[in-house]
Amino acid sequence: MANMTLLGAVNDAMATEMRNDDRVVVFGEDVGKKGGVFGATVGLQDEFGTDRCFDTPLSECGIIGTGIGMAVYGMRPVAEIQFLDFIYPAFDQIVSEAAKMRYRSGGEYTCPMVIRSPYGGGIRGGHYHSQSSEAYFCHTPGLKVVIPSTPADAKGLLIASIRDEDPVMFLEPKRIYRTVKGEVPEGEHVVPLSKGRVVREGTDCTVVAYGAMVHICEQAAEQAAKQGRNLEIVDPRTLVPLDEDIILSSVKKTGRCVVVYEAPKTCGYGAEIAALIAEQVIEYLEGPVVRVAGFDTPFPYALENLYMPDVRRILEGVQRTFTW
Amino acid sequence: MPKPNKTTKKKATRTPPAAQRPAAAPEGDRGSPALLSVLRADGTVDAERDPKLPAETLLFLYEQMVQVREFDRRMLMLQRQGRIGFYGPILGQEASTIGSIAATEARDWIFPALREGAAALMRGLPLEVAIAQLIGNELDRCKGRQMPCHYTYREGNYYGMSSVIGTQISHATGAAMAAKIRGDDVVVLGYMGDGATSANDFHAGMNFAAVFQVPCVMLCQNNHWAISVPVSAQMVSETIAIKAEAYGMPGVRVDGNDVLAVYVATKEAVDRARRGGGPTFIEAVTYRRLGHSSSDDPTRYRDEAEVAAWEKRDPIDRFRRYLEGRDLWDEPREEAFKQDIADRVNAAIALAESAGPPAAESLITDVFADVPANLKRHYDDTIAGAGATEADGHFPL
Ligand SMILES: Cc1ncc(C[n+]2csc(CCOP(=O)(O)OP(=O)(O)O)c2C)c(N)n1
Ligand SMILES: [Mg+2]
Repeated sequence: MANMTLLGAVNDAMATEMRNDDRVVVFGEDVGKKGGVFGATVGLQDEFGTDRCFDTPLSECGIIGTGIGMAVYGMRPVAEIQFLDFIYPAFDQIVSEAAKMRYRSGGEYTCPMVIRSPYGGGIRGGHYHSQSSEAYFCHTPGLKVVIPSTPADAKGLLIASIRDEDPVMFLEPKRIYRTVKGEVPEGEHVVPLSKGRVVREGTDCTVVAYGAMVHICEQAAEQAAKQGRNLEIVDPRTLVPLDEDIILSSVKKTGRCVVVYEAPKTCGYGAEIAALIAEQVIEYLEGPVVRVAGFDTPFPYALENLYMPDVRRILEGVQRTFTW
Repeated sequence: MPKPNKTTKKKATRTPPAAQRPAAAPEGDRGSPALLSVLRADGTVDAERDPKLPAETLLFLYEQMVQVREFDRRMLMLQRQGRIGFYGPILGQEASTIGSIAATEARDWIFPALREGAAALMRGLPLEVAIAQLIGNELDRCKGRQMPCHYTYREGNYYGMSSVIGTQISHATGAAMAAKIRGDDVVVLGYMGDGATSANDFHAGMNFAAVFQVPCVMLCQNNHWAISVPVSAQMVSETIAIKAEAYGMPGVRVDGNDVLAVYVATKEAVDRARRGGGPTFIEAVTYRRLGHSSSDDPTRYRDEAEVAAWEKRDPIDRFRRYLEGRDLWDEPREEAFKQDIADRVNAAIALAESAGPPAAESLITDVFADVPANLKRHYDDTIAGAGATEADGHFPL
């Protein structure tokens, strides 16, 4: 075990898989000498050389398009998109090409590629360095979407993503890159995709959250406990394909659910969770499923603290599952 | 999936030949097209290319450059002191913006990239409003919604950009298409960095500009770096200007640290565009002397000797030598002018910092012309009804 930041764990996962498998290559803007704008790839070029870790020209479309070509050829590309906000020039390559490769070729060609990108608010980044656009990708069949919330999960899930046979969007909550630390197993460490985690057991209300929001929900749960309310926090870890059982069995137990996500509320991931619960376990519900989410606005700069879900809003959301 | 053929074990040499080139210093430059320069290092000018600007214009150009440098220095300091969140300095690139904007008319439109904030100031954006943008307060034109260095100034026909590299290039082309369709006597000046030439929108914007023969001048500030990626790893093309040829428009390469040369090149291009002669692409060869932004440490990836070489080619020192040679400027004037700017910047900082945060309601306005009912309800329930303020929600991790 080693104590690491989430960022350090991401770095460790890539280094581990690059040692294990010479098909793994890491590339993107500024990932070489600089080691990435956040430092996620520090040391990789020194250890593995410029064939395995390299800077690309400034073209997200080029990064993903060529990554697909490498994956189709039999490599294991790990492409970094500097901020998720800058992924849209590559959107076509992701949704039209990577996501459909296996299906359209009858399984002859596949695209085992990982697209890593920091996402989310809370770093004073304004519109273009803060967005949480996981829902666009969740809505595209053929893409797996993974979001870690702890260093150990970051390492284990990233290694699992690199080993996965299909394209994975691996979204990293940059707000907690350095602020969340934890014990991480050394060397080989795999956390299987599509398996959620009960972060905290409770009996009164299920709170579903992922990424940085998990930590705010933990704070909310502390406060709720003081008021005699016992929240159960479930982190799905893989948004698609989802571990439905872990959520449904929790809701069956608590009879209540709040989904917390920082993306705009409308058509966000919480809507999917709410619909799933309504379809499958409505008879267990004691109150409405509530979404605590960002506003349906572009991400602000000066007012980002007003925009982001916080402890107060989460507790109000919980309250609404009791009184409506 | 089978592993790729293991028999081809020969180590690929992936580095393009151009990557071995040091950042080209304009002296002895043999790139194509030839580098246009007017000001010589010794402070004299090339008589044939001298635009022969009146003394008052020369002084205006100089003062603008000095003002921008002081503004830049002070804003970086404010950032270091935690009074603004982020800053993207332009040290060393002053001439490229000032010289090119000086060649336009006030009615011409500007589509800036990251390093052309000086253009907004030249077009009349008050210093305190620019600083308010960096702070993100109620005095800010974009209502504290964008990161620092994203100025917007409609009265000055200065477009408010996004952070997404390259997108403004096709917008510049489109505005020029509109000006042409409407028969307006307007030229559009679009800016970009060297890194932006790799973006999809560079191709789209350049090709459309040529196909529709629009009144547009595209100016690329080749400052030799895109964060940590040198221009020599960004492309293998010998110069950036040469790319224009393939699009079917004139490509000009100019010494970007020579304010007169930038003026001459841009003026010629703007005049041609105004006459209906179509677009021009200008590569201004300059250098980013500081980090990419306040978040960047360039010593991780570049050689300080390269920076030192470019310090010797400082655009302001060079122009000052020329002005002094013509007895248009001297040390007392310099001191008085610097004091005047320092005073104005200080006053502007004080004014900007006295403004409050943007109103909470600005969170939900301007998404559309009208606030949708569900957004209003979400806001009322969560913020207004709860009496929440910006101080709430700080994430104590
Ligand atoms: C589409 C996109 N990808 C990545 C980024 C992150 N980024 C911001 S500035 C920059 C480098 C820009 O280089 P250049 O165009 O040369 O402009 P300069 O900063 O040198 O003025 C990068 C990669 C971005 N803003 N937009
Ligand atoms: Mg550049």
